[in-house]
Formats: sequence, structure tokens, C-alpha cells
Amino acid sequence: MSGSEFVPLSLTPLLIGILTAVACALPGNFLVLRRQALIGDAISHVVLPGIVVAFLLTGIIAAWPMMLGAAGAAVVAVVLIEAIRRLGRIEPGAAMGVVFTSMFAGGVLLLEQSDTSSVHLDVEHALYGNLESLIWLDATGWSSLFDPVALAGLPVELIRILIALAGVGGFIWLFWRPLKLSTFDEGFARTVGIRADLLGFALVIVAAVAAVAAFDAVGSIIVIAMFICPPAAARMMTNTLEGQIGWSVAFAVLSASLGYVLAGYGPLWLGAADAVSAAGMIATVSGMILALAARFGPCRARTGAPLNS
Amino acid sequence: MAGGWPRRRWTSWRACWAEAMLRDALLLQLGYNATLVAIGATLLGISAGVTGTFLFLRKRALVSDAISHATLPGVCIAFMVMVSLGGDGRNLAGLLAGSALSAWVGLLCLNWLTRNTRLAEDAAIGSVLSVFFGFGIVLLTVIQTMGAGRQAGLEGFLLGSTAGMLWADALVIALGGACTLALILLIRRPMTMVAFDPEYAAARGLPVYRIDLAMMGLVMAVTVVGLKIVGLILIVALLIIPPVTARFWSERSDRVVMLSGLVGGLAGYLGAAISASAPNLPTGPIIVLVAFGFFAVSLLVAPGRGVLAAVLRHLRFQRRVHLRQGLLALAQGQPIYERLTVRLLHRAGLVRADGVATESGRARAAKALRDEKRWEIVRADQAHEAAAALYDGLRDIETVLTRDQIDEIDRRIGGPQEVPA
Repeated sequence: MSGSEFVPLSLTPLLIGILTAVACALPGNFLVLRRQALIGDAISHVVLPGIVVAFLLTGIIAAWPMMLGAAGAAVVAVVLIEAIRRLGRIEPGAAMGVVFTSMFAGGVLLLEQSDTSSVHLDVEHALYGNLESLIWLDATGWSSLFDPVALAGLPVELIRILIALAGVGGFIWLFWRPLKLSTFDEGFARTVGIRADLLGFALVIVAAVAAVAAFDAVGSIIVIAMFICPPAAARMMTNTLEGQIGWSVAFAVLSASLGYVLAGYGPLWLGAADAVSAAGMIATVSGMILALAARFGPCRARTGAPLNS
Repeated sequence: MAGGWPRRRWTSWRACWAEAMLRDALLLQLGYNATLVAIGATLLGISAGVTGTFLFLRKRALVSDAISHATLPGVCIAFMVMVSLGGDGRNLAGLLAGSALSAWVGLLCLNWLTRNTRLAEDAAIGSVLSVFFGFGIVLLTVIQTMGAGRQAGLEGFLLGSTAGMLWADALVIALGGACTLALILLIRRPMTMVAFDPEYAAARGLPVYRIDLAMMGLVMAVTVVGLKIVGLILIVALLIIPPVTARFWSERSDRVVMLSGLVGGLAGYLGAAISASAPNLPTGPIIVLVAFGFFAVSLLVAPGRGVLAAVLRHLRFQRRVHLRQGLLALAQGQPIYERLTVRLLHRAGLVRADGVATESGRARAAKALRDEKRWEIVRADQAHEAAAALYDGLRDIETVLTRDQIDEIDRRIGGPQEVPA
């Protein structure tokens, strides 16, 4: 394939896919270790009501109000889960289930009630996004990468996910030691003066930011998959946190690129005419990687801990 | 304003009309389809509520999330198989069989991951749900490109679609719900035991792993049955919210199961009726929101575990502490500056408005101080160790010791002594 075809049609979706995967996998490492993996699931469900409310309030489909709405909904959900868990003395999983399903139902209802037929806002789009449509029309070939005029026409989603990735990476780099300490031994972290509860909340917020930026480009299903699958697979490969983060980034890049290529060209190789959903394929590939790691990974077994019944 | 009154007439007419529609819907008089949906939703709500209770008590509520998302590839594969065999592709029983199969595969993956690898259950749930759902979406896009026009309706399984429900569909749902309830009736005792104490159940010789699997199988059955009405994303709500709601009202597992079935059934029935009474009210989300309404009310007003009850309990406790401290201060002749304490003492008739103790106030204060001295003796004496453990600064000593024991302690304290002038 020549550059004149690849750069405008496939380069930006591929890059966005990879950046999204990495931005979600980084906080995902900590969430998986802290047994909060399903926070990602909850956040990606409540993004829908947030976006619908933002649309109803502003009346326009624009990026910033929607991202604010989604982030606001994520914060509301986290606070509600915590409140219900404490006030009702309910186990966290059930509290989470109550909150995110109800908020999602509210979002669907609002969507049906309001007149959104004229704009591109529907549940299917929210679920599996539209990675394939994020093309770079101004590009003509590899040379466009150095052409300021063409660069100005880059899909805005790419810039946004780049900012989100920088934010997520910066947070983890800045708070590396406290994050590591409070993830493995919260009691000890507290005794050395780390505000573990605040840090935990900040981590969830950072995850929400990554989820919202990613959701904008690729839909929520890939967000859940990238929060959990690459870190979980990485956990089977190594016993150190640094190693796990390295592996998870590698797995995220691998599943995004392989998934995108398989979705775009796999059907053609098999003789079919049309491509399949890239977001779905990326999630599937990450699952394959997890399956391989769970079967053959060097550190897959639970050591020292008793098997639960 | 000139246009004022017709407009008001119009809105009030609309309100009347909506009310009449809702009444008709609640009485199942809105036509064939609405009645089918209402009956189906009620049955589904009951079986989901009952099944979900065991899942909730086992603290594995979110496993249902993985199971429900794992149904999607099965639905798509069943559709493709039926089309390639020359069938219609939209046969509900066939689609449900396919969804059950892939949900079962997802469940086995989940169990394998938690048992054989170091992953915690939540990570296993998340990975199974996202991977199966992603794969299902890949298959959905394949279907969209294969037989144009015939795929209509598969997206309906995401959020449920009750518009074109057929008699046969309702029959499938009713039969599935009834079978689930019957199975639960059969294995409710071992399931309860495993839910509360898996180690004890294992020691009693129960096959814990297989009972867990049976529990998950029931959840899967409910999920599959509910796909048509509420869809795979929201069925989780029907499995989680009714049990959580019912838990507020009782501490006995059998009652929680019954209440949860009741809440689920009511939510299904009311939700279906409300959604039939007006356009643009999708059935699944309305059912979930009705269930959430029950939950919110229970969270607030339930006796014992509710928020309101907790607040009242706290206020009562606060009052006792203030009264006690106030009485001790009176007895020792110390002035009381704390406003709430003075107000409480005044309301009880123990002090006058200016803070001086009344006759009964002095008597109660003396008693409080004497009780405090008695407790001091009790807590210093090894023989009263069990009673001393109950000391919390508020408990009346008469509720802990017998009359004779208190007399014995009083002898040790001795009577009032003369103070040399």
C-alpha cells in the first residue's frame, strides 16, 4: 500500500487507537492491582447520561461541553457509589451495579425523550464509537507529516487523546512513589503521611479523564477492554510494577495496531468485501493476548495466597 | 394574556389523558402488545429479583455484568447459523439458545481465570465482559454487511425492544421465568448456605463449586430470558437493584428473597405500564428507573438499615450522652456552658431556665454520680470482669448487675461521711 492511501485513511485512526489504548492501560495497571478494575466499566457506562445532559443544556454537539458533561457524570457516579456504599452499608460491587445501571438507564431515557434525531448521538455510537471515520483528509502522502497546512487538518480527536495521554502519564510520573506505596500497602502509605484516600480518588478521576477522551474517539467498549486486558495480561508476565507497566503498554500498542489492521484488512484477506468494527476487533485481540498470557505467562499462578473456594 | 386559558385547558386535558392512559396501562387495557409486555416484564422481574438475591448475598453481584455482555456473540452466531441454514434468523428461541451458549462459555472463562491465575475476580469480570462484547460487535458488523435488511432487530438486544413482541416470544419468556423459579425452589437451601459460608458448606460436604456454577447458570437463564425486554446492558440492574432494596427491609434470607422477587415484579409491571402509557418511553430503562426509585426510598426510610433510622439513632445517642454529662456536671457543682445540654436538661425538668438544678434534677444528678462510682468499683474488680466489659459510660448499672450485687458494691463505697467544719 502506498503512502498516499495509507496516511490519509489509516494513519490517524491507527495512531488514535494506539494512543487511546496506552492512555487507558496506564491507569488500568493501578486499578487492576487495587481491585477497582470495574470502575472503568462503571465510568464508561455513565459517560452516556453525562453527554446527553451536556447536549440538552447547551443544545450543541461540541467537544468541550460533552467532555465536561461526561467527566461530571463520572465524578457524580463515583461519589454516588461511595455514598451508597457507606450510607446503606452495601458491598462495593453491588453499589456500583446499582449506580451505573440506573444512570445508564436515565441516559437512554433522556436520549429517547429529547429531540436528538437531527444530530449524531445514539447509543450504538456511544458503545462502539467510530474509529474508522477519523480520517485525515488533508494528507496526500508521507510528506504531509511535515506540511503545516495539512497538519492543521489533523482530526481534533488525535490532539485531544494526545493531551489526555500526557496528563495521565504526567500524573503517574509525578505521583509514582505514593501511588505505588498506597496500591500495595495502604496502611503503611498512610503512616508515612500519604493521603491515600485522596490519591485513590485522584486516580479514579484520572482514569475518568482518560476514559472520556478515549470514549470520544473510539466508544466505551474499547475503554473497558483497554483498562483491564493489557494490565491483566501484563500481570501474568512479571512481578514488578515497572515491568508490568512496560508490558501493559506493549500489549496495548500491539492489540490496537493488530486489531485495527485485522478489522480493516482481515475480511479482505478472507474474501469478504467490507471491514468490521475496529473497536470490537481491538477488544477481541486484547482478549486473545490475555488468554495467551493467562495460559503461558511466566508469572500467571497465584503464589503464596490461598486459593479461594 | 389572551391565549392563557385555552393553553391551560390544553395542558389539563393532556394531563387527564396521560392519567387515563396510565390507568388503562396499569389495568392491562392498552391492547394486546402492551399486555404481553407487562406480563412478561413482571415475570422477568420476579425471577431476576429472586435469582439476584443469591448472587448478591454471595457478594458476586457484578458477575451478572460479565454474563450479560457475554451473550452478544452467541446471539450473532445463532443468527448467522440460522440464516446460513436457510431459516429466518430472527427466531427468538434460537437466538436465546445461542446467547445462553456463549454466556456459558464466558462464565467458564471467568471461573477459569479466577481459579487458575492470579487475577482477582473483578479484573476477570471486566476482561470477559469487554472481550466478549467486543467480539460480539465485530460479529454485528459482519452481519450488517452480509444479508442486508434482514439483520434488523439484533441491535434491539442491546437495550431491549418490546415493540414487536409476539405471543411466542412472551411464551418463551414466561416458560423460562417459570423454569428458573422452580429450579431456585429446588436448590435454595444449598445456595443459601454457600452464599453465607462457603467454607462451612464445603466442610458439610456440599459441592461448592458446582452450586456456584448452578447459581451462575440461573443468572444466565434470567439474563437470556430478559434480553428481549430490557436488553443485555440493563438486565444487570434487575439482578442487582431488587436484592439490594430488599436487603434494607429484612435480616432473614428467605424474606429477602421474597421481598426481592416482589420488588422486581412490581418494577417490571409498573415500568411496562408506564412505558406503554406514553410514546418515547423505552421499556427497559423505565423498568430500571422504577426499580431505582424503590431502592432510593428504601435507602432513606427503611427501619434499621435506612439513612433516616441511622440519623434518628444518632440523635437519640447524642441526647443520652449530653444528659448524662450534664447530670454529672450538676452533681459535681460545675457550671454547664453547653447550650444543647442545658436545653435538654431543662426540657426534662431537671434544671431551671437559669441553669440551677431542680429538686428532681439534684436527685437524678446524685444518682448519676453514685452510679459512676459504682461502675468504678465494678471495673476495678476482677470478679466483675464480664459486667465491666459492658461499660460504655451510658449504660444503667441496674441492667447489668442484680440488686444484691449493687447492694454489695454500695457497702464497699460506704455511706455519706461527715465533713469536718
